[in-house]
Amino acid sequence: MSCQYHHHLLLLLLLSVGVSAVEVQRPRGVPLSKRQFYEEGKPFTCLDGSRTIPFDRVNDDYCDCRDGSDEPGTAACPNGSFHCTNAGFRPAFIPSSRINDGICDCCDTTDEYNSGAACQNTCRELGRKERESLQKMAEIAKEGFLLKQQLIQEAKRGLEDKKAKLGDVQVSKKDLEDKVEALRTVKETAEQPEKEAKERHLKAWEDQKALIRMEKDKAKMTEVTPRIIMAELLSHSELDLDSDGFTETEAQGLLGGVDKVDTTAFETVWSNIKDKYISEMAPPPVETPQEEMREPVSDNESEQYPEDPDIPEDEEEDDEEDEDDDQDDGDYKPPPTMPTQEKKDDDDEGTMPPYDQETQNLIDAAQKARDEFDEAERALREVDDQIRNLEKEISFDFGPSAEFAYLYSQCYELTTSEYIYRLCPFNRVSQKPKYGGSETNLGTWGKWAGPEDNIYSMMKYEHGTGCWQGPNRSTTVKLTCGKETVVTSTSEPSRCEYLMEFTTPAICHEPPSLDSVLHEHEEL
Amino acid sequence: MAPVLLLWLAVCLSGTWAVDRGNFKTCDQSAFCKRQRALKPGESPYRALLETMELTNTRLTLQLINDNNKVRLLLELYRLQGNITRVKINELKPLKPRYEVPDVLIREPPTEPLSLLSQDENGVVLSLGAESQRVIVSARPFRLDIMEGREVLMSLNSRGLLAFEHLRMRKDTQADPEAEKKEEADPANQAEAAKEEEEKVEDVMWEETFKSHSDSKPNGPSAVSLDFSLPGVEHVYGIPEHADTLRLKTTDNGDPYRLYNLDVFQYELYNPMALYGAVPVMLAHNAQRTTGIFWLNAAETWVDISSNTAGKTVFGKMLDYVQGSSETPQTDVRWISESGIIDVFIMLGPTPNDVFSQYASLTGTQSFPPLASLGYHQCRWNYNDQEDVQSVDAGFDEHDIPYDFIWLDIEHTDGKRYFTWDPHKFATPKEMLQGLMDKKRKMVAIVDPHIKVDSNYKIHNEIRSRGFYIKNKDGGDYEGWCWPGSAGYPDFTRADMRAWWASMFAYDQYEGSMENLYTWNDMNEPSVFNGPEVTMHKDAMHGAWEHRDVHNLYGFYVQMATAEGLIQRSGGVERPFVLTRAFFAGSQRFGAVWTGDNAAEWDHLKISIPMCLSLGLVGISFCGADVGGFFKSPSTELLVRWYQTGAYQPFFRAHAHLDTPRREPWLFGPENTALIREAVRQRYTFMPYWYQQFYLAHRTGQPVMRPLWVEYPQDPATFALDDEFLIGRDLLVHPVTEEGARGVTAYLPGKDEVWFDIHTFQKHNGAQNLYIPVTMSSIPVFQRGGSIIPRKMRVRRSSSCMEHDPYTLYVALNPQRTAEGELYIDDGHTFNYEKKEFIHRRLSFANNVLSSVNLAPDAQFTTGSWIERIVILGASKPSKVTLKAADGQESQIEFEFDASMSVLTLRKPGMNSGADWTVTLQ
Repeated sequence: MSCQYHHHLLLLLLLSVGVSAVEVQRPRGVPLSKRQFYEEGKPFTCLDGSRTIPFDRVNDDYCDCRDGSDEPGTAACPNGSFHCTNAGFRPAFIPSSRINDGICDCCDTTDEYNSGAACQNTCRELGRKERESLQKMAEIAKEGFLLKQQLIQEAKRGLEDKKAKLGDVQVSKKDLEDKVEALRTVKETAEQPEKEAKERHLKAWEDQKALIRMEKDKAKMTEVTPRIIMAELLSHSELDLDSDGFTETEAQGLLGGVDKVDTTAFETVWSNIKDKYISEMAPPPVETPQEEMREPVSDNESEQYPEDPDIPEDEEEDDEEDEDDDQDDGDYKPPPTMPTQEKKDDDDEGTMPPYDQETQNLIDAAQKARDEFDEAERALREVDDQIRNLEKEISFDFGPSAEFAYLYSQCYELTTSEYIYRLCPFNRVSQKPKYGGSETNLGTWGKWAGPEDNIYSMMKYEHGTGCWQGPNRSTTVKLTCGKETVVTSTSEPSRCEYLMEFTTPAICHEPPSLDSVLHEHEEL
Repeated sequence: MAPVLLLWLAVCLSGTWAVDRGNFKTCDQSAFCKRQRALKPGESPYRALLETMELTNTRLTLQLINDNNKVRLLLELYRLQGNITRVKINELKPLKPRYEVPDVLIREPPTEPLSLLSQDENGVVLSLGAESQRVIVSARPFRLDIMEGREVLMSLNSRGLLAFEHLRMRKDTQADPEAEKKEEADPANQAEAAKEEEEKVEDVMWEETFKSHSDSKPNGPSAVSLDFSLPGVEHVYGIPEHADTLRLKTTDNGDPYRLYNLDVFQYELYNPMALYGAVPVMLAHNAQRTTGIFWLNAAETWVDISSNTAGKTVFGKMLDYVQGSSETPQTDVRWISESGIIDVFIMLGPTPNDVFSQYASLTGTQSFPPLASLGYHQCRWNYNDQEDVQSVDAGFDEHDIPYDFIWLDIEHTDGKRYFTWDPHKFATPKEMLQGLMDKKRKMVAIVDPHIKVDSNYKIHNEIRSRGFYIKNKDGGDYEGWCWPGSAGYPDFTRADMRAWWASMFAYDQYEGSMENLYTWNDMNEPSVFNGPEVTMHKDAMHGAWEHRDVHNLYGFYVQMATAEGLIQRSGGVERPFVLTRAFFAGSQRFGAVWTGDNAAEWDHLKISIPMCLSLGLVGISFCGADVGGFFKSPSTELLVRWYQTGAYQPFFRAHAHLDTPRREPWLFGPENTALIREAVRQRYTFMPYWYQQFYLAHRTGQPVMRPLWVEYPQDPATFALDDEFLIGRDLLVHPVTEEGARGVTAYLPGKDEVWFDIHTFQKHNGAQNLYIPVTMSSIPVFQRGGSIIPRKMRVRRSSSCMEHDPYTLYVALNPQRTAEGELYIDDGHTFNYEKKEFIHRRLSFANNVLSSVNLAPDAQFTTGSWIERIVILGASKPSKVTLKAADGQESQIEFEFDASMSVLTLRKPGMNSGADWTVTLQ
């Protein structure tokens, strides 16, 4: 782009000596590059070649060419374009519908030659401003680019450090693994005698319980109407063995092939059905939907970030997340299954007597071994996590030269009139009301999302908190070159789709030889 | 039963987007409707007391007596100028005055003499003047028949459904201690009650509840009802606003059409539920005649329609015809209102245009909008801040799409305090408006009628201190919940309140406003989030009147006061532009309406046509639907099709809900941007025609967007068409409203007529169903052979930028090789046209001569616009074309002839648009 632009400037430079003389030699609105097609006095062929017209029909305020090329200086053609030279600034094409519409579009005022609009020539002023801003940007780019080189160096060192650390941790992992294995043996050795002692104790108790249960069965059997009628049985669908509808045949099967049974016969029947028979008085078992375990989303990764002493809220946030985890665990309830039922039975039948001292000693010893083993295992897991994190960080896409690595584990804030916005690059974006209220997740790290030729110019954060009747919140972060690393603005151009502007030296490109650019401009 | 249940379940489960019907009353849940609808046709208890008849030059009065309760009514009958008969029925001696709707009629309608033709003990016959029209008053039972010759045009109370609940004292038999106290305190009450004949007392007569809301009905039952029979009529139209077909359906198997202005969240289509506005006007049409009924009552109203041919199949009807055994088709209509009086205007046509001018003579015509307001409007809830406005504005330029107005919804205010600006997001509104003005563009900001109760808010304090708020039944200021939270509702029925409100639009009152800022009145049903049916309690008080009496007028008055404010701020010079959601008969005088909160669904696109057609039939021409659909997010195809449709509807505005993704026209890829650009540009090329049509509507009351039957009243094939429409007489539009459409079938009306495709200039014969293959760029539009349409082909970034541009005349020849059209030009924004500052010319083509003659020789206006091109469709090739200017100068005009389509294009004739000239083809 800049190339072409300079080309134009140079052309203008060459012409600037006799600008007025050159201008009159081409019809209004024609760029120099097309000047040769408009030859005074000679028939004009539409640029699309569709027809040829006398030259006096060029710019005669009537559209003859389908492509609009016969009216470069009037508004007659719906698809025409008008060229303003804008000496002192940048030449431009405007749609010919903007000629003489009373609105000044060209800074050299040439588009309003017959509308009475009082346009001022602002090209020089604009040119000056643009040069200033170009200069400023070039300076920023220059400094930013230097900083970027440092960042690249730091990233390189950081990467090496991490690789070294990874090696260390991998070694310590080996030690831990050995320790775990040793403790496992200790544990298993202690658990064997514990198990045997407990089984002995349990068996004694089971024998006693069997007696009690027999007594109870007898009692319950008489409770049930001895002359049970088929119809009644049918109403107990829990007796349906194959769950395809409780049929008479099935019921008869249970009743031993007869419709009615007397007390004696019922004893056999009862033993068939008692486990399934559900007293009508008892409430039906509540089905508790098994809640899905929380997906290991990238949120968990926050633990991997070392706490940043500069940002005190970080700690708070981690705490919050821990709370979240706890809450989730708390929410998870195992469905009430047989054990509960058994426990209830146990209650009916009395409680198991306490272990004797000898058994208890064995249990205590085994517990100690278990604890030690668990402890070692936990330590191993932590090391595993550490390794994973390191590996991840080492392999993360921090840009072509890892220049964005310094943003990892950092957070940047911007306070607006209503909210505090917070960008933690490669992690998440959030928004918190300035005057209290809970934080909203505007998206977690998704991907680099710039255009193909400049993919590192934009970041995308996705899957934030859901919106009412809308999508999940998401944020696009636009990176621009700057000396500082700072969030410069946030907006919500569309509901729940945020846009954040972020300056960082890491995106700075080497400025084109600044001196030559300025030199050209100054000569204008 | 089972399938029904399943269906119901399916609707419930999938119906997250449907209206919550439970929030709105059915007829059965509206006590008076249920009570009145329970009356069955039969012998009317009402008898005309002929001996009480008084006939003056201008009116006939007569007492009616209800033989059941002996309550007397007073019937007034007027013959009004322009073939209108007015029938008024009130109690002869009501306990207290009953509400008569003010301010809707533009004046007391001028009368014509009535004369007595004959009289006996059974009735009287009066002459209605012209056309051998008579009205027959039958005494027992009371009934009115309007005849022309031997033909009955309309009968009133022919089914005996006249019912007039007289005001009465409460005689409560129930042990309601409070009521008893009241009765004790008022001995006259008991005496009065004793006099009255026993009537069935229902609980709901004196109090009724709906959901958690109770309506204390201190005046008790007060409903009025009357039936109308329309012999020979099978098609009735009007009574907007309903999301239903153009042709009204019979209501025998469901609820009547309801007229009660309501803020309906996510309304459902094809049903008779009430919506935001109400115009109690119905048109009846058959191949011979068009008539209208205007039921002037602003209370909750229900309209029942039945027909003796409804449900008959086409075959059944044919059989009747062949066998000659058919009874005459007849439509019966019944109006039921909760309070007020019966005041009905019977407009006797006989042509559709006669009915339009008859109705216009009563309630006025469409206000003449500023030209720019016929351009494209870009709206969204919300443009977030000034930068957002600026970047959207720049987006239109970048993508070369014209627009005239950008809109700000409620979020632009400081905490939903209307007439204010958010201090952060819109800190310098004048700067923003100036930026738009520099581009010759304009803005609309919303001003709703609910006023935040906040002692730091100037508007609230003023209204409260002046006592301008509507009062609750206990006399305190009525407060309801709306956007700002707790809100008061100014009593717009008060003229002094309206005058004060109008004064708030003065530039020094409305801070940050400028002359290119216009106004949008939303939520003016009024919407009360925590009120019954999301509106105001009926027992709230407007001075002496209950909200019950005035409900449907509230939005009408809000827009009236706002439009007046915009006129006054310019010293009466500039035309206002005000958009309203709620409306009533006469609202056409104040601005534009839109069809409220629609949804981004294909059916909503389709329904925009009958909804606006129905409004046009009852005077409200400036109608549009939110392009793209308000709720939900349209598919790209739907959005493009909606732009294409909206570009050919009167009010052309895109709008979107806060929670939907952005949808400015350039956000859907270059191809779709180009399609939308093209649709909007087509709109702008037709701006001269739209403007001219609105001038015509303003002058005559004829709808701008009209059903085909209005122009082809004798062609039954047009009577139920509502997937295509006409703009004026000369443009026929059949938008593509089907997803994935490969073609549409348009009915081109008019035997011996021809229609020209405006894009290809291909000629098609009339009176045929034409299949038109379509692509995504197709907008099937046809110009009628015999018409001349002026267009401006130089589309610029706003209509104001095109003011001085030249015209292209499209002359479409009919088989007789003639054509006619008009050209209207004025300054586009002031009332100076009323001072005869305009150009109005007749363009006609006959005998190979096209001429422009002055239609308004007493008018004065100069324009720089000239005629740049004349395109004659259906022409043959001339050898020479000569222009003769006003001064007699003759010159040759160059031309091109396209033999394949028979299109003759005259190149740059160049005469001034306001001049006399002729162009001769030889």
